[in-house]
Amino acid sequence: MKINHIAAEDLVEGTSLGRDAWLRLRKNRLSMVSLALLTIVVTACFVLAWFCKDPNVINLTNKFAPPSASHWLGTDQLGRDLLSRILYGGQISMLVGFVATAVTLLIGISYGAISGYAGGRVDSLLMRIVDTLYAIPFLVLVIILKVVIASVIGDFATWLVDEFGWNKEFVFRFANIIPLFIAIGALGWLTLARITRAQVMSIKNQEYVEAARSLGLSNRRILFRHVVPNTVGTAIVYATLTIPSFILYEASLSYLGMGVEAPNSSWGILIKEGANFLETQPSLLIIPGIIFSLTLFSLNFLGDGLRDALDPKASKD
Amino acid sequence: MPLLEVDNLKVRFHTRNGIVRAVDGVSFAVEKGETVGIVGESGSGKSVTCYSLLGLIPMPPGKIEGGTAMFDGQDLLSLTEKQLSKIRGKRISMIFQDPMTSLNPYLKISTQLTEPLRIHDGLGKSEALDRAIAEMDAVGIPDPKKRIHSYPHEFSGGMRQRVMIAMATITRPEILIADEPTTALDVTIQRQVLDLIKTRQEELGSAVIFITHDLAVVSEVCDFVNVMYAGRFVERAPVGNLFREPRHAYTRALQASIPALQTKGEELYTIPGRPPDLRKEITGCVFAPRCETETREQCLTDHRPELVEVTPHHWVQDCPGCLGRWAR
Amino acid sequence: MIRYLASRIFQGLLVLFALYTITFFLVKAMPGDPFTGEKNIPEDVKRNMREQSGLNDPLFIQYLNYPKAVLLEGSFNYSIKKKRPVVDIIAQAFPASLALGVSALIFAVMLAIPIGVISAFRRNSWVDYSGMAIAMIGICVPSFVIGPLLQISIATHIPALRIAGWDSPIDILLPAITLGLGTAAYLARLTRGGMLEILSQDYIRTARAKGLSTSRIMIVHALRGGLIPSVAFIGPAFAALISGSFIVESIFQIPGMGQHFVTAITDRDEFLVLGLALFYGFLVVVMNLVADLLVGFLNPRVRLAELDA
Repeated sequence: MKINHIAAEDLVEGTSLGRDAWLRLRKNRLSMVSLALLTIVVTACFVLAWFCKDPNVINLTNKFAPPSASHWLGTDQLGRDLLSRILYGGQISMLVGFVATAVTLLIGISYGAISGYAGGRVDSLLMRIVDTLYAIPFLVLVIILKVVIASVIGDFATWLVDEFGWNKEFVFRFANIIPLFIAIGALGWLTLARITRAQVMSIKNQEYVEAARSLGLSNRRILFRHVVPNTVGTAIVYATLTIPSFILYEASLSYLGMGVEAPNSSWGILIKEGANFLETQPSLLIIPGIIFSLTLFSLNFLGDGLRDALDPKASKD
Repeated sequence: MPLLEVDNLKVRFHTRNGIVRAVDGVSFAVEKGETVGIVGESGSGKSVTCYSLLGLIPMPPGKIEGGTAMFDGQDLLSLTEKQLSKIRGKRISMIFQDPMTSLNPYLKISTQLTEPLRIHDGLGKSEALDRAIAEMDAVGIPDPKKRIHSYPHEFSGGMRQRVMIAMATITRPEILIADEPTTALDVTIQRQVLDLIKTRQEELGSAVIFITHDLAVVSEVCDFVNVMYAGRFVERAPVGNLFREPRHAYTRALQASIPALQTKGEELYTIPGRPPDLRKEITGCVFAPRCETETREQCLTDHRPELVEVTPHHWVQDCPGCLGRWAR
Repeated sequence: MIRYLASRIFQGLLVLFALYTITFFLVKAMPGDPFTGEKNIPEDVKRNMREQSGLNDPLFIQYLNYPKAVLLEGSFNYSIKKKRPVVDIIAQAFPASLALGVSALIFAVMLAIPIGVISAFRRNSWVDYSGMAIAMIGICVPSFVIGPLLQISIATHIPALRIAGWDSPIDILLPAITLGLGTAAYLARLTRGGMLEILSQDYIRTARAKGLSTSRIMIVHALRGGLIPSVAFIGPAFAALISGSFIVESIFQIPGMGQHFVTAITDRDEFLVLGLALFYGFLVVVMNLVADLLVGFLNPRVRLAELDA
């Protein structure tokens, strides 16, 4: 529209895209609050947690204790410290969110890039596969896949303990969460592949790619050196929005008893256990629930803000 | 008394990056049945001028900062949205630039074409449909009885612009505002659409405000021309005067860049530089940085050049720099 | 139109077959079988039962046997654990899940579409901000937090509403709200986005220039195009509401399909797992088709393109 024309031209200044985006993001108050909140939660879970009590120490004489100097948020049904349980549980929840997203990025970007760059029959075949996978109920398949991977990893863990004398508790803790990363990540990449493909298709016809081709660079080199780096920005913005949904999936799985198992715990587990004592001690549900929801809030608002900041179309108004 | 009299209109956009002075004090009048042109580069404020008369600029960020627009005894700029909507599409209607995007793709032509009659004149469904079919016939769409029940995507660009014209003229408006009606069309169709607007104008006796960046089009359709640059009118004259003796450097530069007026083999003239940044307050002559007269050093810097009447009805901004002999 | 439908149905069958293949091999890759957990049955009896259920056949034969039975005999086999036909189990549990899904969807649509439309129309006003903040709550607060909170905050205070159970029609209220809130949130955001996209189009300016009232512009000119993304979303969302209601069903103790799916996996009850997965897949395929047909109905350009193809 003509009227917007003026404003659009005004934006043409010598700032780089990244700097520009950061400036815009900084003006977005909601995103900045989210960023601050997220920093606090992450620091608390991954740094402060080490200074807290052991989340697995049971003390049946002190169950359902109200908040006190020694237990800031009180204790649960087994007398465990709620604060340290929340912080340690947060580690697992966030690990699942972040690592599964990383898996997703890896699969989604490569798949989408190859599909978009190859074009033609390869592209339509690969996209047909994505269409097919879209029609599959996600949670259903994640559950089955997780059980399968868990058994494979479980065998591997036993082998590590038996053959090499690795620390059993340590190995099994990881053996319990790794299947979640893989199962969620292995099925969550579809949208990302589509986004990357669309990006690659538009980039591959641009002049600098033509230039690279005329210099005689190999397809693989052009794809991974010149095309993919330019799609990563969009992919990461999208990924910011998948982290909260993956954290939610983990919680749902754990709630159904298909997720992490003791001695590991996660926010999903805490909420599930809290729900059992809803009438006696609602804080066991409400406190983890609030922290869980606030984290998802921040991730979603930050992702929205990032997208607005990087999307040139949105920046015109 | 003129049909429409705009006086000292000022429109600003309050954007995140500063205040844009899109229209900075323009005045013009439209007489009954007359065709008035507003010519300028894109971004010069010519569309904003007309949109703001009908309350069509997005507010915010847009804001009308001053001026009046008298139409039949009322000031369009101070009417409420409700009062204004009684005039829009009834007494003053518009034709937009891009017929591909200006028609609603989800609605049949019949719905879109009968809408003005039904809401403004309170016509019933079948009566409005008959009138719409007649109107389609009048704008030269073949087989209107059948085609009125189609969707916009079933029409070509030229046909869609005819539908737009039918939609604008169906209420027999007193003023028709045409915002670059031929720019988005194929060259072969531009001519037909221009002729059609002219014919309809003569049949209905409407006045037309013709917005364009194309001086050649102006010479064909307009009676009176306003040349707009950076939110201001730099020259205003009857079309004959403007082409015979253009005064302002910008008008002359525009004329020099019309391909048809160029001698064969000569390089086409282009105006150097870019239009000024409208976020910054310009105290002197707006065209000074791009001016290529021998006297360009004398362009005003301390105050804004006023429009003065050099010969009857021929007004030009009184800037000694821009009025001098051209250097080329 | 018929050709389009035929090709979509063919595609749907392809999807279901792919789903079957993936699920089949995943189920086979799971450790153990339906009888592993049964400590009371002697080993030789188990062997007999495996033989009877066809579990000892070569993998490839098993892979072909199931679709053969489905296509030729219309049989989805039987649940090894529950010793009942899979079809019976689904037929018994489906009505509850369907009722829950439908009411959740109705709740979501009634809540989300008005919020989305109003938010788009009053963009950047407090109405918009609060509408979208509420939507964010729906996205970020999971059903297993909302459900229990509704139970203690509402059900304990209003005698007509029970904390859990599935006897009278009113029992559906809280579970439907719990389940529908997340969908409502996405739907509200989509509706807002779709409406904003349309409201920025040139033809809305044309409509304003014609002197139409704001309400007429919204209803006649903007709503139809603006709702397309939402309609496209409702199809798959409905399928997801039915297949994703495990948690809500367990919170409110509803005898739907969710309970069977989780136990079927822990029991390695493979025919039940296959049957449920295929049933869910079938719902997704059908609802996607319905959504696409609705979008085609709303968008005249799509309609034309399909007839041409």
